[in-house]
Amino acid sequence: MEMFVLSFTIFILALFVGVELINKVPPTLHTPLMSGTNAISGIVVVGAIISAGSAGVSPTVAAVLGFVAVTLASINIVAGFLVTDRMLNMFKRKV
Amino acid sequence: MFALINFSYLAAAVCFILGIKGMTRPSTAVRGNQIAAVGMLIAVVAALLHQQIVSYPTIIAGMLVGGTIGVWLAKRIAMTQMPELVASLNGIGGAASVTVAASTWLIALTADNLGTTGWAVAILVSIVIGSVTLAGSLVAVLKLHGSIGDSAKNRTWQLVALTTLVAVIVGGGLFVNGTGAQPLVLAALVGLCLLMGVALVQPIGGADMPVVVALLNAYSGLAGAATGFVLDNQGLIITGSLVGASGLILTAVMCKAMNRSLPNVLFGGVFGQAGSGSQARDEGDFYAGKVKYATADELALLLDSARKVVMVPGYGLAVAQAQHAVKELASQLESRGASVSYAIHPVAGRMPGHMNVLLAEAEIPYHQLKDMDAINPELPQADVAIVLGANDVVNPAAAEEPSSPIYGMPILDVHKARTVVVVKRSLSPGFAGIPNSLFIKDNSLMVKGDAKDVLQATTRAMKDL
Repeated sequence: MEMFVLSFTIFILALFVGVELINKVPPTLHTPLMSGTNAISGIVVVGAIISAGSAGVSPTVAAVLGFVAVTLASINIVAGFLVTDRMLNMFKRKV
Repeated sequence: MFALINFSYLAAAVCFILGIKGMTRPSTAVRGNQIAAVGMLIAVVAALLHQQIVSYPTIIAGMLVGGTIGVWLAKRIAMTQMPELVASLNGIGGAASVTVAASTWLIALTADNLGTTGWAVAILVSIVIGSVTLAGSLVAVLKLHGSIGDSAKNRTWQLVALTTLVAVIVGGGLFVNGTGAQPLVLAALVGLCLLMGVALVQPIGGADMPVVVALLNAYSGLAGAATGFVLDNQGLIITGSLVGASGLILTAVMCKAMNRSLPNVLFGGVFGQAGSGSQARDEGDFYAGKVKYATADELALLLDSARKVVMVPGYGLAVAQAQHAVKELASQLESRGASVSYAIHPVAGRMPGHMNVLLAEAEIPYHQLKDMDAINPELPQADVAIVLGANDVVNPAAAEEPSSPIYGMPILDVHKARTVVVVKRSLSPGFAGIPNSLFIKDNSLMVKGDAKDVLQATTRAMKDL
């Protein structure tokens, strides 16, 4: 239970950091911000890797789910970062 | 080793924060995105070092498949389709959280090592938010794409949403207290939540999709944070809440720009529909004989003497892919000494910042892009304002007619410009489903046609002058 309290504290504090930070992003960059946050929400790949890698000791369903999870999270990471980069370079071109 | 891995997750989270900080200025944004990508790399390497991992082929296969699809998506997508892509990625993020939670739970079940009640709640929350995000995003993508229209059975859908919600609460209760801790219950919960996601988004009108996309962005982040609770991974929790906060702020920005509350957007579909039906019939009378039409040649003549021109892009610009045509006309005007600026309404287009990205693609310098508060005081001095496929965001009824359903919504005051030229394919109403009194103002002209064709014809005519 103590772990949960700690985690929950971090969760709430991080929400405040996020609000402070994102309020400073100008409306011009709101679309790249969304695709960029899509990319970083791909961080669940960490959990996916652990599930998929532990497949040796687990049922097939869990292994398949682990594979699917890694695939989905990788799509988010790769597509998110690349498309954000593509957009941001357009903004950079003419300053 | 355990500490090192966890420190790596913290380092990744710090990179994400620095990355978003870079996004606060266009000049540092590319670097910011790269820092975030480095953070992701650190997190992936750290995850691969986990001692629990016994085999790598599945992981590598998943990364290759996902990475290839990701590259393909990012390269091939047109800038006009960004709303669909972001909505899809929201859904994929939700799906990833669901699969991670389900897989983790199944592994724990097999090892007879189910965690505490708090842990079970975290699994449940991941499953619920993730599934709702997945199904909701799918509906949002189809609506953005125009594959499905707005449903007439809003009350039915809302009833479905309510029923599934009750079922999920009951099923979730059983799942958490242990009596229902079976794979079948978990699968049923996923199914119910998917249905709930569809039922929640289906009644929301196409015009409100920007709000929905922003909200689902927040959900996908919160689903990730819930997964962090499942795995006791604080790096994941921090990242998930950053994404959640981002989505929530964008949702609030969009709601404010439409002068509506979030509950009104999410659950107001029923009332909105009742209003639009009656108004549609009056439309013929509303416009009859009062709209003045012009041709592209006449527009060119008008622009020839203009000193200050304001372009007002809307969703029609994206549909017509007219961003490069706008730039051409603007260059032509600038070579004649006129000043050109662009008025961007916060809800123009189908997602926050959609117009800015399109105009940036056409290499329009972003200091010419003005948001609503900056451009409205300048509009009375403008010689010509050209409305390109925008409708509700320039409807003076929002400011003048208290009886109008959009009364109170902040608008771009284009009707205060000396002449307003509306480029539009037809007189059909905008997404609010109401006629636009701008079209019948004394100082307004309408050029019928596709935005791209009209702009190109105008540019040609100007060169011939």
